[in-house]
Amino acid sequence: MDELNALFGGFAVALSAYHIMLMVIGITLGVVIGVLPGLGGANGVAILLPLTFSMPPTSAIILLTSIYWGALFGGAITSILFNIPGEPWSVATTFDGHPMAQNGKADEALVGAFTASFVGAIFAVCLITFLAPVVAKFALKFGPAEFFAVQFLTFASFIGMGRGSAFKTVASMCLGFALASVGLDGVTGTLRMTFGQDELLNGFKFLVAVIGLFGVGEILCSMEDGLKFNGATAKLRMDAVIRTWKQLPKMWLTFLRSCIVGCWMGITPGGATPASFMGYGIAKRLSKNGPNFGKGELEGVVAPETAAHAAGTAALLPMLTLGIPGSPTAAVLLGGLLIWGLQPGPLLFVEQPDFVWGLIASMYLGNVVGLVMVLTCVPAFAAILRVPFSIIAPAIVFICAIGAFTVNNAMFDVWMMLIFGVLGYLFNKLRYPLPPLVLALVLGDQAESSFRQAMLVSQGDVSIFWSNWLCGSIMTLGLVMAFWPTLQTLRAKLTSSGPVARAA
Amino acid sequence: MDTNDEAEGRALFSYRTLDIAVALFFLVVCAIVVTDSLRLGIAWKPNEGPQPGLFPFYIVVAMGIASLVNLAQALPHTEDGAKTATTVPGIKRMAAIFVPAVVFVFATNYIGIYVSAAIYIGAFMVFFGKFPLWKAAAVSLGIAIVNFMMFEVWFLVPLPKGPLEAALGY
Repeated sequence: MDELNALFGGFAVALSAYHIMLMVIGITLGVVIGVLPGLGGANGVAILLPLTFSMPPTSAIILLTSIYWGALFGGAITSILFNIPGEPWSVATTFDGHPMAQNGKADEALVGAFTASFVGAIFAVCLITFLAPVVAKFALKFGPAEFFAVQFLTFASFIGMGRGSAFKTVASMCLGFALASVGLDGVTGTLRMTFGQDELLNGFKFLVAVIGLFGVGEILCSMEDGLKFNGATAKLRMDAVIRTWKQLPKMWLTFLRSCIVGCWMGITPGGATPASFMGYGIAKRLSKNGPNFGKGELEGVVAPETAAHAAGTAALLPMLTLGIPGSPTAAVLLGGLLIWGLQPGPLLFVEQPDFVWGLIASMYLGNVVGLVMVLTCVPAFAAILRVPFSIIAPAIVFICAIGAFTVNNAMFDVWMMLIFGVLGYLFNKLRYPLPPLVLALVLGDQAESSFRQAMLVSQGDVSIFWSNWLCGSIMTLGLVMAFWPTLQTLRAKLTSSGPVARAA
Repeated sequence: MDTNDEAEGRALFSYRTLDIAVALFFLVVCAIVVTDSLRLGIAWKPNEGPQPGLFPFYIVVAMGIASLVNLAQALPHTEDGAKTATTVPGIKRMAAIFVPAVVFVFATNYIGIYVSAAIYIGAFMVFFGKFPLWKAAAVSLGIAIVNFMMFEVWFLVPLPKGPLEAALGY
């Protein structure tokens, strides 16, 4: 119970008028940053980091983590309303969130997303409070083979859980990997696929691809359908909060599953983005409403949001206990800690208990404050849909261009964004799934380097992936997922040729 | 753009045509990557591990196989494949946002992103949204100025600027 005592001490630190004010400011800024594509949580925290140098470390980290919570909440808003994920981890939220907005349920989707975010984050904070030392030890065992196994499972689950043609999923995913391999090879330092073009040195940035594929692609699709903006019929009723909350208790199992997936991915560190995809995929596979996913199911919004936020929050656990950031934003926060003269790691808990427990207490408070703030603003967010399309369309193209430019400060990326926009339109039309492409682009480099490192360790022996129970079980699960469609076909053939046809 | 025109919109491409085109696009990407992977080497080097081309090579081989299957599935004339994917009015409407967007990006190089965006948004509102000129001017300038304040002044993110911003001292 030492943790509880320490936590109450932390609440005493965090619960001051000054700190609550910092939380409100931080969350407002964070939501703005989350809504704008291209200005991610990591950028936002990095830009505001210098402003906090004059503050005491506890106040500074409360402000910065609040920005992080705000960005996590804010990413869901544009995903649901415009089908533009403001952050990579809200890509999975668009699958059901945007159809809900098209069906006139934007307010319910937003309330569901915010509540789910809150539940996921609180679950992860509880985990940080009590399980920090235990889990940290476990994560220390991760080598390249284990990392590759986790990444392999993530990709395989797309093939196993995707709708539509498995071949189109594979093609789309491999295109992502191919694009990710462009540029400087991280292991040997050779240039790949650049063909002498300097602009390609840095490779294709996934944010540019995401902004083009989703943002510009969506604008093209809406333009083709005529001047109506999908979801413009959203009715705004103030009882949306109560209406949505009534539906949520039924989904407790989805919440629990996504929380566990999210915490696992956040700590390992898979990060919030794969966590949100896995949360969505698992819910789609296991939920009663699974077949309706993609058509605007509230559960399809809840599952990825819960997982993403559990992961985003849990990513702070390895940062605090080991000094290994679990996400880009956590990495920036880590930089902040060092600048304030604090050495992250197990000793931080002993030497700076006020700071650590103040931070953990502020995670609870920051999420409560954040939830209250975003929920009261739902009608304001949904009102954005009433703006005429002939204003929204060029304005979104403008914001997309800004987002693409800021990734590398290069006009080349803006041109790439336009090309990705056309690709996004075509893929959308022909039902090539976009999420596998984006995820392969995000994780491609990491997956490749952990694969090559694992191969180096074992001198080319593939059995390294089955060398211990942890890695082996993840890899086996991944293989089952990858060949799931084939297994399904086989099973269908076996049952139909059997004497009694089983009712589906 | 009245609805009659839309209903009778001339078919431009069928799903079959588009599917074949995209499958071919994948195969072209595949060929490009395979060429460069072979240059980089796809073998196993003793004590050095896999050469840099190995991973991309096998990835695009998988992509090539999947695309060939997609192509094979798209080739036969089927009822689904013959359905209209895009119509002439549809393409025209898309061009209405996309062609100006290309001009907008091109102009950004010379007059900066804010002026370029204000013209782009304003022109689109007048010609496509049929807004009166004063409304279009107010909205487009408003959006450009708000973004200018947000990125240049508050967040200190430098974006491409042109002669106008230079004249204002930025």
